[in-house]
Amino acid sequence: MSEIPSPPSRIPEQVRRLGVVAVLMAGGFIVVRTWAISPEYKDTSLQKSEAVEREKAKPVHYAGAAACTECHEDQCGEQQLGKHRNLSCGTCHGALQKHVDDPLNEANRPYAPRERDFCPQCHAYDPARPTGFPQINPAIHNPLKPCISCHKPHAPEPPETPQECSACHAEIARTKMVSPHALLECTTCHTTLEEHKTTPRGAKPSRPTTREFCGTCHNKGTAEKSAPKVDLATHEVKYLCWQCHYPHSP
Amino acid sequence: MQRRDFLKECGLFLLVTKAVEGLFGAGAAAAEEPAGTKAGGGSGGESGNGGDHLYGMAIDVDKCIGCGRCVEACKTENGVPKEPFFCRTWVERYTVKTDNTLVVQSITSAGQKSDAPVEEKEIKRSFFVPKLCNHCAHPPCVQVCPVGATFSTKEGVVIVDEERCIGCRYCIQACPYGARYLNPETHTADKCTFCYHRVTKGMLPACVEVCPTQARIFGDLKGKASPLQRFERMRKIHTLKPGLNTEPKVFYADLDGVVR
Repeated sequence: MSEIPSPPSRIPEQVRRLGVVAVLMAGGFIVVRTWAISPEYKDTSLQKSEAVEREKAKPVHYAGAAACTECHEDQCGEQQLGKHRNLSCGTCHGALQKHVDDPLNEANRPYAPRERDFCPQCHAYDPARPTGFPQINPAIHNPLKPCISCHKPHAPEPPETPQECSACHAEIARTKMVSPHALLECTTCHTTLEEHKTTPRGAKPSRPTTREFCGTCHNKGTAEKSAPKVDLATHEVKYLCWQCHYPHSP
Repeated sequence: MQRRDFLKECGLFLLVTKAVEGLFGAGAAAAEEPAGTKAGGGSGGESGNGGDHLYGMAIDVDKCIGCGRCVEACKTENGVPKEPFFCRTWVERYTVKTDNTLVVQSITSAGQKSDAPVEEKEIKRSFFVPKLCNHCAHPPCVQVCPVGATFSTKEGVVIVDEERCIGCRYCIQACPYGARYLNPETHTADKCTFCYHRVTKGMLPACVEVCPTQARIFGDLKGKASPLQRFERMRKIHTLKPGLNTEPKVFYADLDGVVR
């Protein structure tokens, strides 16, 4: 094979100048791309890891039930044995992280629900709620009192209502059980002889006979705080109380 | 041209291109190394893309009492506007009437406890279904984002980068579960993150933490035994809209066929 002589290279002047400009532009591009633009603009994985770090750094508000046991041993111990054992403290007391961080600051005092409309958020009757979940009708369930006056929130149980008479007087007992008089013993109003148990009709229990009997709790100025008050001297004087109010569910 | 010259020039060309590529690639490669939390893959979210954890949630539909505590806790924990309509998680009340018509109501804020929509006599069956982002393995919202502001982390959690989101609402339209909303304060898309800031610290998501009946179960789908894995083993599991092949990571037990 014989060598073919190549023609002498003759690059025109304007092409050489263009070449210089092209090299300068390419160089400038490389400099800007490499040093002037910050890496997170070029790399999506860097963008993502930054976003992940930002997400991780967000503040926690709900502390988690484990944080409460350190100081509130009594309440937590009580709660562990009751029907609310699977509830987190935050379920009722709200976001507690601030309180955990600075427990002595009064501003961070946890919310303690005492209103009557708090518990029905879970326990009011609703046809969509699962069967067996304890539900009540807030309109007729022992009205006028906050739930905590009968139920311990950390270990809720049906309150100890007097049971003695319910074996025979079940209907009255059931009615009274969810009424404002739920916690009153039957003997508060009825004096019952022991013989009543063996000869019910032979030894009948006493019944209140006067307005003043109800007035011992309900008259204006009497000591019993939880009872609604009326002025016996002016309140429907013609009638006896039980002509309008059924005593077992007043 | 001689074969020798041809090969020489080819070699030179390859060397130069490699050098230029190295120059550009160096910065990015160096940055990738220390980022321990680097999201796996630009495609955004094959399930199990290299993390130690793969988070998921199960919902025991029969246990939900519709109290709305989860909604309230989520809003408090994540700074979601308190008004109804804006929510990362919500509870739907399904009521099938005796004539088989369906009524669906959403509880989207605390204390928005709606009464049963129909007379009790007309109800055939009724139940609550908690809803949230399904953290799909193939998320439609990630596909449509024009600026790459939403993506799957290596733990399988779909999150929004609120500094890159332009608020175009494409993802809100694309989500088949309606799990996204436009935050009226930041004007960016917002959604459930499985409380990423909590779970990475070993805590439970706020909604799971406060659920009084344990209707929500959170856990790791990878590795060790967890309540979630036990739940998946023992119960009949369904996901929402399985026909869309989104492969949700939120599993429902005893889900009624009318739930959409």
